[in-house]
Amino acid sequence: MEGLISLAVKAIFVENLALSFFLGMCTFIAVSKKISTAIGLGISVMIVQSITVPANNIILSYLLKPGALAWAGFPDIDLTFLGLISYIGVIAALVQILEMILDKYFPPLYNALGIFLPLITVNCAILGGSLFMVERDYNFSEATTYGIASGFGWALAIATMAGVREKLKYSDIPDGLQGLGITFITAGLMAMAFMCFSGVKL
Amino acid sequence: MSQTRKQLLTDPLVDNNPITLQVLGICSALAVTSSLNVAFVMSLAVIAVCGFSSLFISFLRHYIPNSIRIIVQMVIIASLVILVDQIIKAYAYEISKTLSVFVGLIITNCIVMGRAEAFAMKNKPFESFVDGVGNGLGYSLLLMSVGVIRELFGSGSLFGVMIFEPVSNGGWYVPNGLLLLPPSAFFIIGFIIWGVRTWKKSQVEVREYKIQTLEEH
Repeated sequence: MEGLISLAVKAIFVENLALSFFLGMCTFIAVSKKISTAIGLGISVMIVQSITVPANNIILSYLLKPGALAWAGFPDIDLTFLGLISYIGVIAALVQILEMILDKYFPPLYNALGIFLPLITVNCAILGGSLFMVERDYNFSEATTYGIASGFGWALAIATMAGVREKLKYSDIPDGLQGLGITFITAGLMAMAFMCFSGVKL
Repeated sequence: MSQTRKQLLTDPLVDNNPITLQVLGICSALAVTSSLNVAFVMSLAVIAVCGFSSLFISFLRHYIPNSIRIIVQMVIIASLVILVDQIIKAYAYEISKTLSVFVGLIITNCIVMGRAEAFAMKNKPFESFVDGVGNGLGYSLLLMSVGVIRELFGSGSLFGVMIFEPVSNGGWYVPNGLLLLPPSAFFIIGFIIWGVRTWKKSQVEVREYKIQTLEEH
């Protein structure tokens, strides 16, 4: 349990997907103009992330790993080279299913998050989360914790970024730096602030 | 005709750069630039994937049903990325370790998807290939410029060859450690964008709020 908590803290603050691995930057920059939309997107990412990382973990350990197909009578097969295509397939399919479920059973939530869901399929943070899970060899409970925590970390980052940008639009910025340029520099300053957490050990 | 092809290739370098203007594919641009070797391999990988995915998608453009086009594009891109990933693992194993997940993330690199969707679905194969390579080059240009700044001032070397002898080796240069850390990539890209937009005024974004001066008041 202690291990899981420290994993979660690490995934939220120290190894924040957006600010220390630069994942999901395109959406991070493009959708952080307003706090309300940023929070909506952040929550969607968190939900999708906490489903896809464990799902991909199951796929990896029961279908792809060397020896994973032993239950089907093929103990010698190693399908890890199919990893990338299966993860992205799982992500695309799950996002589609989630969209349909939300549409059918939770229309208000669908109306709020609906526009973001298709964006999420091509969000690097989601695929990146699954790939980190593979690279670091997490087991199922670690993968679940990592999925939830890293999604939360990303949501936290985009929400704070949107807060900063809402104030920033009133300031007098040089013409060439307007918009994209100043956003990058702000993100850099935030990344520096998040680096302070790297001393935290649990 | 050759004029337009040349334009397809050179336009994305500065005038229509995928990173500084279209805000695409930044995710990996920042993470792999702390050393030039890695940035170079990553650039080659993106150019290859971007060019060939545009080529193949353009070949198939009349046969892809509109409703499932995203999935079809995704499968083509993912297969190419697997190929590139296997090649890098086979011939440059050390670099593949440093790149870690970022080769896989070319799949979700918006440049590749964006060019497939915006250009390759509507144009002939050869033009699409050129356009894909052009955008890959635009991405590489930025990646390499950031890489040069970060490696030269961060560890005093270029491509691993010592240029500024650091103090720790008895030289004179005190390396700036910040440049090896993630935040520096944000600053450098921010400043590059500032530079490009001061040069090409047409790229400047419109202000949401105009600051009132005393005279206007």
